[in-house]
Amino acid sequence: METTTLIEQLPEVTAAGVAIKAILILAIISAVAGFGTYLERKVLAFMQRRLGPTHVGPYGLLQIAADGIKLFTKEDIVPQHANALIFKVAPVITAATAFIALAGVPVFPDFTIPEFIPVLGGTFVPSIASDVNVGILFVIGMMAAGLYGPLLAGMAQANKWGIIGAARTAIQFLSYEVVTGLSLLAPIMLVGSLSLIDFNEAQSGGFTSWFIWQQPVAFVLFLIAGFAETNRTPFDLLEHEAEVISGYATEYSGMRWGMFFIGEYANMITISILAAVVFLGGYNDFGFIAGWIMILFKVAFFFFLMLWVRAAWPHVRPDQLMWLCWKVLMPIAVINVVVTGIVMMV
Amino acid sequence: MENFLASLFTFQGFAFYLFSFLTVILFWITVMSNNVLYAMTSLASGMVLISGFFFILGADFLGVVQLIVYVGAVMALYSFAMMFFDATREIKEKNTNGAVVFVLGGLSALMLVLMFAAPIHSESIQALYPMHEGVGNAQDVGIVLFTKYLIPFEVAAVMLLVAMIAGIILAGKKMDQSLTEMMDEDAGEDEILKQKDEK
Repeated sequence: METTTLIEQLPEVTAAGVAIKAILILAIISAVAGFGTYLERKVLAFMQRRLGPTHVGPYGLLQIAADGIKLFTKEDIVPQHANALIFKVAPVITAATAFIALAGVPVFPDFTIPEFIPVLGGTFVPSIASDVNVGILFVIGMMAAGLYGPLLAGMAQANKWGIIGAARTAIQFLSYEVVTGLSLLAPIMLVGSLSLIDFNEAQSGGFTSWFIWQQPVAFVLFLIAGFAETNRTPFDLLEHEAEVISGYATEYSGMRWGMFFIGEYANMITISILAAVVFLGGYNDFGFIAGWIMILFKVAFFFFLMLWVRAAWPHVRPDQLMWLCWKVLMPIAVINVVVTGIVMMV
Repeated sequence: MENFLASLFTFQGFAFYLFSFLTVILFWITVMSNNVLYAMTSLASGMVLISGFFFILGADFLGVVQLIVYVGAVMALYSFAMMFFDATREIKEKNTNGAVVFVLGGLSALMLVLMFAAPIHSESIQALYPMHEGVGNAQDVGIVLFTKYLIPFEVAAVMLLVAMIAGIILAGKKMDQSLTEMMDEDAGEDEILKQKDEK
């Protein structure tokens, strides 16, 4: 119970600390999203025996800056018959909900700003911006609300590809949401709490106490649902280029499209953190490696896994996704919950 | 009036009035708008904002459940809107007869009066199942649900089961045929065309 005493010793969380944390999350995750596009292109390229971006800067590193300039300076077009208000609101919903979801998960270690810095010196910046005691449900709910971005974007743009993209958003959401909830239910039953900190505490006993060993089925189910939740291949039906041009994002350009993009990458990071905290031991120390380095490793691994899967797997069709979620994954998830319950009772 | 201003400048008071104002406006748009997209979007955002009230009252669990349930439910409603209407156009509504509007309007007004008058009797209202200190929201909800409200809970479960079975029966006339397999055999299109011809 060393860790609980540690938490009690932590300084009080002030409003200033939370505000600094929020700004940090916004700035760093946005930057990481930009860098993530570079990584994605490089990793995909190496897996497919290509070079990826090479021309701008050393190893193509300045490609991010070039992309940024392009995004910011591109003409912002609102189609003639589109519903302009909803069209403009939709990308904001995606980006905002992605960052609100990040408020509920532990991002970066906590620290205290040194005293010598004027005004803000001595402020304690927490690890979780908003420590709600139903953290895991809050994050899932917020990410679910984020799906309104693609849905509204598709419906507002008066474009057939957009409508198809929006319809696919709805069916994808209704398919995976059940699996996400049911797969998380089993570990929630084991911990008996919805707080992500309690999840972390429950796995503080080292490598063998990770929930992936007790709940391998739930882990795999959660991962599959997570891929659907973040619109990653093999479930990127919403903007499947070969079938629906760009789906919900067909008519978007410039920064509005950029906001969808940042939202998607922020969601990838949120799902990675959630998977790491719930199944892979969270931010507990691992041998001599500090906890905050461990969670960075784990998040980086899941991020890489998403790119790896994208390089290795083809897309699925919408009906295949529905079949998979409702007829295969959901029954397995229900059986997993029942078995977990029986094992806990006996 | 002074009480109102004093409560407005506390954190909870400000959040409450902000959420109430926005919720009322959004649901007003839901009822009054001729545009499907505006109506549905304001309905969804109104439902999300209602969860804010639960958070203000410290009922985090109920707040999150409100969020998750209604986000999903309204999303399903959107898919119907998508099927039946052109989302970017306004819809001509048929004017229903005046008597119905009169009665419904009167009832709503009565409800509003009752709601605003309710605080007069606030002393006589007691919480029968107050929150337990140190027990989480989820546990409290569970205890009440499986003791006092067990029968309504079970009835709701049975009703949902009935609705699900009815839905499956209505929609599942061709459940034994898999669309995927039909496409794989490259016979799907022909069969669908044949059915259309028969009709």
